[in-house]
Amino acid sequence: MIPELGQFALTLALITAVVQGVLPIWGASLNNALWMRSATSTASLQFVLIAIAFGALMRSFVVSDFTVLNVVENSNSLKPMLFKVAGTWGSHEGSLLLWTLILALFGAAVAVLGRNIPTGLKARTLSVQAWISIGFLSFMLFTSNPFDRVFPAPLDGNDLNPLLQDVGLAMHPPLLYIGYVGFSIVFSFAVAALIEGRVDPAWARWVRPWTLAAWVALTGGIALGSWWAYYELGWGGWWFWDPVENVSFMPWLLGTALLHSAIVTEKRGAFKSWTILLAILTFSLSLLGTFIVRSGLLTSVHAFAVDPERGIYILGLLTVSIGGSLTLYAARVHKMEPGGLFAPISREGGLLLNNLLLTLATATVLFGTLYPLFLEGLTGDKISVGPPFFNTSFIPIMLPLVLIMGIGPFLSWKRADLAGIISRLKWVILIAGISALVVWYIQTKGPALAVIAMAIAVWLLLATLREWSSRIRLGQVELTESLDRLRRVPRAAHGMTMAHAGLAVCMFGFVGSSAWKSEEVLFVQPGKLVQIAGFDVTFEGVEQVQGPNYTASVGKLSVMRNGRPVTILRPERRSYPVAQSQTTEAAIRSTPAGDLYASITEPVNQEIEGQWTLRILYEPLVGFVWFGSLMLVFGGLLSLSDRRLRVGAPKRKARSASLPIAAE
Amino acid sequence: MSLKKKRRVQIILVAVVALALATGLIGYAMQDGINFFRSPTQVTETPPAAQETFRIGGLVEEGSLKVVGDAAVTFLVTDGNASVPVTYKGALPDLFKEGEGMIGSGNLIGGTFQATEILAKHDEEYMPVEVIDALKAQGVYQEGRKTPSEPLETVTNGAGNDS
Repeated sequence: MIPELGQFALTLALITAVVQGVLPIWGASLNNALWMRSATSTASLQFVLIAIAFGALMRSFVVSDFTVLNVVENSNSLKPMLFKVAGTWGSHEGSLLLWTLILALFGAAVAVLGRNIPTGLKARTLSVQAWISIGFLSFMLFTSNPFDRVFPAPLDGNDLNPLLQDVGLAMHPPLLYIGYVGFSIVFSFAVAALIEGRVDPAWARWVRPWTLAAWVALTGGIALGSWWAYYELGWGGWWFWDPVENVSFMPWLLGTALLHSAIVTEKRGAFKSWTILLAILTFSLSLLGTFIVRSGLLTSVHAFAVDPERGIYILGLLTVSIGGSLTLYAARVHKMEPGGLFAPISREGGLLLNNLLLTLATATVLFGTLYPLFLEGLTGDKISVGPPFFNTSFIPIMLPLVLIMGIGPFLSWKRADLAGIISRLKWVILIAGISALVVWYIQTKGPALAVIAMAIAVWLLLATLREWSSRIRLGQVELTESLDRLRRVPRAAHGMTMAHAGLAVCMFGFVGSSAWKSEEVLFVQPGKLVQIAGFDVTFEGVEQVQGPNYTASVGKLSVMRNGRPVTILRPERRSYPVAQSQTTEAAIRSTPAGDLYASITEPVNQEIEGQWTLRILYEPLVGFVWFGSLMLVFGGLLSLSDRRLRVGAPKRKARSASLPIAAE
Repeated sequence: MSLKKKRRVQIILVAVVALALATGLIGYAMQDGINFFRSPTQVTETPPAAQETFRIGGLVEEGSLKVVGDAAVTFLVTDGNASVPVTYKGALPDLFKEGEGMIGSGNLIGGTFQATEILAKHDEEYMPVEVIDALKAQGVYQEGRKTPSEPLETVTNGAGNDS
């Protein structure tokens, strides 16, 4: 009964979406206020209906209703409750339902919170959003219904892939999807602006909080996924340039560009058509990511042909939305008035360079991700594009970007004095140079690029802090006055400082853990001593432990340093009888200086019975990757909290008038 | 030329230069960043040069898996027609077994494939498509090697597609 209710709610949501897709936009062209305002109620109703459907599916998972096919395939009565809940979005159908739920959530949020958005723009935006909804709701109802029943119902389910039974990964899809789908509302705003043929600074101001919210969630989602890969896959890596990772990274790169170009549109009225184009492209990449992951295209071009129904549907959706919006863009872009003039050395110039480099970086990732698919489709040759490709093409584009990031916040609008800025940063340049020498002295073995990258990270961190301290005039005026300034500086400015510094911190982790990693892999018997990065690790043996839906072999490693005990590591090997698969639970000892990481695998055949494969890694500074990511997320949130005050979307605190305008 | 027009031309120039640089970078990166997939038969017929990193895939031949030294293993990878010896030092992935599919990336040195990375299939149902294709090319692949264990599977197929 409940699953049918869910399905019924989904059907009603589709009908509501059709109404929302037609009535408001029609009303906007006829200037019919009532029709335009109907978007508020239909958007909210659509969200409620999809939430009911989502709740129905979640309930089926929670009570282990094995008459529902989706539950049978992805759950098991022995599974811990958290993963039963997370199982709701663990499957193809469930994750689509979550996608659509978030899509409707953003629509409803704009409908309810965006009170000061002009009625026409709001009506058109929500109509465009509804069309995206229609695409996905019909896709779900026609090809991937999450509420399909099974008869006769089996006694128990197949279980969720054990690799996915993890807290980090349970939270990863919702965050990632909020990011992906959050860009949909920016896309809708852009298309609505194209239909109206008008973009002004106010438009950029309405769009920016949504971009920022999506960006924050996407950053968190990517970081969480990378953290999960780090501790769950047992290889000790946090980024593999895997196509699945790339498709989430591309919207992030372009979304970051969009975030910065929207500032120029908002503050100077320039980059209008470019901002619109970025908004369209960012969401297009989100859609492309969904298509690539969901169509089976990644395993092979041929897999796509095996089950074409879903793939072709999303491909159609992709063609209509991307093709349609770009055609509209081409037809309307000349109507945008050009913005104010600026000198090459200016904040506009800096942000232009930022956008250029980020777009190029996205293009290289896109090329590396799609090229194998094209080649296989055209010639049948199977190739893989590995990390060497991305390291060679992506890093040389990103390093200059980080270099100019240090200067960017010092640049003034229209015309800036580069020589003056450099002279203010001479100490920073000196310290960054010295730090390069120090790093080179400590780590003579690593690649030269690592030393340069480390110095650039130090440069970014110090330049960012220097800009922040000059903003509050730290050291130039009395401390109390500086503290007073600290309070009065808009939160968006603090957010920028936090995010830029966060990237510098991330870079320490990126460089340290990839350039100076030590790794030992060997077969061990109890009593075996392994030396790595100054640690003496002794393998003590393995014991069997029973878990709720798995059995585990837990290894015991005692770690000593200079004759003194440091810690005991217990890497696990879990075996899931129902899903018939195994997972690795790495044991990690984290310190700011680096992680000692251990994982074990059972013997592969009889010949080496009793010998376990032990993998020990020492990854310097890897913790900075997660800490820096947190800073990025927190910086985004800080900036977002400022925006809310200024946009006055929900006017909870009316303090905005007294705040100076953010000049990030 | 007005200043506005001049600025626009400058921006376009910068963009063109940047695009050219990026294209150059991509071209350069493709030299060693792109690995071809080859089946054991292809490798035996036309052995790639030692400096070329490529991927090989097939089944791990029954009874061929041996341990050498501290952590290295050797085994034969086969597509039913030809076999290529593989050496690998490192932890073997989950579900790496004799008689199962694998993909390795590395170089062919003196007739032996020295793998730097080994991937096995992801779960019980899934075998890398490259391996399936390589086996099909030799006529060794049987569809549905994994027999559906429960009647559940038939229901799955029926209900999953038409609804």
